[in-house]
Amino acid sequence: MIRFESVSKRYPDGTVAVDELDFVAPSGQITVLVGPSGCGKTTSLRMINRMIEPTAGRILIDDQDVTKVDAAQLRRGIGYVIQHAGLFPHRTIIDNVASVPYLLGTDKKQARARAMELIERVGLDPRFAKRYPSQLSGGQQQRVGVARALAADPPVMLMDEPFSAVDPVVRDQLQEEFLRLQSDLGKTIVFVTHDIDEAIKLGDQVAVLRVGGHLAQLATPAELLSRPVDEFVAGFVGRDRGYRALTFTTVGELAVHDEQTVTLGAPVPSGADLDNWILVVDAANVPQGWLNLVELSRDDTTVSADLLYRGGTLATQGGSLREALDACLSSPSGRGVVVDSDETLLGSITAAEVLALIEKRRPAAASVTGSGSERR
Amino acid sequence: MIGEVFTWLNDPGHWKDTRFDTGIATQLTAHVRFCAFALLVALIIALPLGLVIGHTGRGRWLIAAANTLRALPTVGVLVLLTVVIAPHFYGRTDTGYLIPTEIVLIVLAIPSILSNTFAGVENVDPAVRDAAEGMGMTGKQVLLKVELPCSLPLIFSGFRSATLQVIATATIASYLPLGGLGRFIYDGLAQQDFPQMIGGGVLVAGLALVADLLLYLVQRYTVSRGLTGRFSKKRIPDARLASVTQAEVAAV
Amino acid sequence: MTALATSSSSSPLHFWGYFMDHRSTDLSWLWSHTWLSVVPVVIGLLVALPLGWLARRYRFVYPPLISLTGLIYTIPSIALFVLIPPLFGLKSLDPKQVPIALTLYSIALLVRVVADGLASVSEDTVQAATAIGFKPLGRFFRVELPIAVPVITAGLRVALVANVSIVAVSGTIGMSNLGQLFTLGFQNSTNGPYYPPIVLGIVLCVLLALVLDRIVIILNILLTPWRKAVRS
Ligand SMILES: Nc1ncnc2c1ncn2[C@@H]1O[C@H](COP(=O)(O)OP(=O)(O)OP(=O)(O)O)[C@@H](O)[C@H]1O
Ligand SMILES: [Mg+2]
Repeated sequence: MIRFESVSKRYPDGTVAVDELDFVAPSGQITVLVGPSGCGKTTSLRMINRMIEPTAGRILIDDQDVTKVDAAQLRRGIGYVIQHAGLFPHRTIIDNVASVPYLLGTDKKQARARAMELIERVGLDPRFAKRYPSQLSGGQQQRVGVARALAADPPVMLMDEPFSAVDPVVRDQLQEEFLRLQSDLGKTIVFVTHDIDEAIKLGDQVAVLRVGGHLAQLATPAELLSRPVDEFVAGFVGRDRGYRALTFTTVGELAVHDEQTVTLGAPVPSGADLDNWILVVDAANVPQGWLNLVELSRDDTTVSADLLYRGGTLATQGGSLREALDACLSSPSGRGVVVDSDETLLGSITAAEVLALIEKRRPAAASVTGSGSERR
Repeated sequence: MIGEVFTWLNDPGHWKDTRFDTGIATQLTAHVRFCAFALLVALIIALPLGLVIGHTGRGRWLIAAANTLRALPTVGVLVLLTVVIAPHFYGRTDTGYLIPTEIVLIVLAIPSILSNTFAGVENVDPAVRDAAEGMGMTGKQVLLKVELPCSLPLIFSGFRSATLQVIATATIASYLPLGGLGRFIYDGLAQQDFPQMIGGGVLVAGLALVADLLLYLVQRYTVSRGLTGRFSKKRIPDARLASVTQAEVAAV
Repeated sequence: MTALATSSSSSPLHFWGYFMDHRSTDLSWLWSHTWLSVVPVVIGLLVALPLGWLARRYRFVYPPLISLTGLIYTIPSIALFVLIPPLFGLKSLDPKQVPIALTLYSIALLVRVVADGLASVSEDTVQAATAIGFKPLGRFFRVELPIAVPVITAGLRVALVANVSIVAVSGTIGMSNLGQLFTLGFQNSTNGPYYPPIVLGIVLCVLLALVLDRIVIILNILLTPWRKAVRS
């Protein structure tokens, strides 16, 4: 647990970067600091491992005042990941990852074995171990940065915009993998970002800071979206916060309709009772796309892959309302495809039905997921 | 002419010492010896100084001051120091010339090594330094485990320029009556013995090339492959280029 | 010994008096020293521009060109001076050997500087220039070269300052320039140090180097007006 007690930082030039900050980052959870540029996120983060010393207040890690610990010792027990990874260009990937164990005097062989394990754990090909950072892409370097921070198995991790320098697709992958790792490891993490979407996706709780280093709101992502405390937070959280809030609303079982299907490679079906759109599945009953029967020419006698419309997203049974609504809106037939957790087809649902579910939920807006920590 | 030079160089009599003349072998050893000494002293002074200035960021004026030394004409300083120092060593053969020469060689070698070491440390990516501190390295560990190895390419380029410059200046020192390969050039000139003069030039050029090649090989095996840029697509940033060229030119 | 006869004091501070006593010789040495320092750099730049462009345009030219120029740079100046006559078919101690050697050095340095300077122009800028319709030659003179000016002038400064020092070296093999002052001073110091010509030589060399350096700095400012905003 990391506790900020009235922490302030005034730089020598008079800039007040952080002002009377009070909050707790609970053990085993991800606390995200988010806010516009220059609001003091990095400063707050770096005060935890004493890269910056506060000018007032204290920071406690598990009730131990950080200023009472030798700075180098303190940092060896805290994982630290930064924007451009900051990998050592003169060391191979495996030696980069083993840096902290080397510092702690761990036997070289043991440190490398552990490093190798972590390289695979963060989703890197073990062949990369003997390469140098300049031979890796930005996304790969960032994974190495995470692995390096994890090498000494620190209970606490500090991450400063670790995924902001990579493209959106890679960022998404990194975020997913990060969440998967965290569900295994259960570290106490303080994560800095200026991207509210990332904050909502990753945070168990989110602290919104405003310029001047004031805490505007500390809440779970769902609460932040449904009940921003003031104009600033509401504006920062964004316009489509209502839609995004659906991410945190589950509905249990969706009542689905049966959907007529045809298997890929089978003859094109015909019959008056058929709708214009028919769902195509593969042999394992996994949805592949939609077929428009009206558009087909005479020569199209079998259902081949190049005839399919593949634009629709899939909703997973037990997933969020956002997923369900998106499946309906993106489906060319207007019927959202619902699948089981093993991706096999369950049936379909319409947008009107999802909206009805949303309507029904409204009075119980508080029934959001997450740990529901107290709003300040 | 080229044939005569070849004959001069190939004559075994010119390589061995005789009663009247000092041979090539002896002059070569002398040349190498006083160059190596000057370089060692310059390295001992400039390397730690450059590392510390780069690491702490304090004392930058020293770098600027050292760089202005490059505007001094080498020959002039050599002659000046010699006429100041040599009279105090009358009769003691070479010492009177050796001391001013060594001083000049050391003073000339320092700026290249110092400013390149400084530039090397200063060019270390701030994110890398930040990561090193953030993982709990002490100041000394950051300097020795990260900043020093990352600066090695520039330090080597500075040391190689310093070496070439020292070899060249040591040759000119024979203009004052000091031993070394320059003897053949200036004696050849005085005696209008051009094959000897040009032969001396060949020997000096050969020494410089061999020294540079040796240092290149050492560099190749000490600098991490992650830094040599064989993989990296990045080009050298201009700030670095300026200091590299500066160092390179000083080699003349 | 004529120097001793006319200059009464051997104090280092007497260099100004020494200069006034031997004005015409000293000025002619200063003059030839200046020419020898400047002309090779100008020729070097003219040769280096197309070579640097080639190295930038055809990437495979770069490594061998850099190795060759590096090789020239490795040869100590005094050795290059004496090696020039047999290589170029001149008689030994031809006054042309010094400017030839200096030109070789200048080319060697500037080819690399031009190539690296052009390489410092960002790929985006080059493509934007192509996109608005510059042909390769126009793009080179109107876009790439101007942007590379700061790097090239940095190289010119280095080349000029180095040349001033190397020209003095050629004085030791009898070429007439400020280097002669050192020879004079040394020869006249057999009976105790005779400082004035030595100090005068150092002072004039340093002044010359500083003046040439200044001129290039000013040239750089004139050629890159767009950088003024950044500078101030
Ligand atoms: N060393 C410093 N000296 C003076 N002021 C500083 C210093 N470092 C940061 N600041 C100022 O403190 C404020 C907070 O900076 P900080 O780096 O913590 O912001 P941030 O929230 O991380 O912003 P960003 O999202 O842009 O990274 C800014 O106004 C910044 O200009
Ligand atoms: Mg920041």
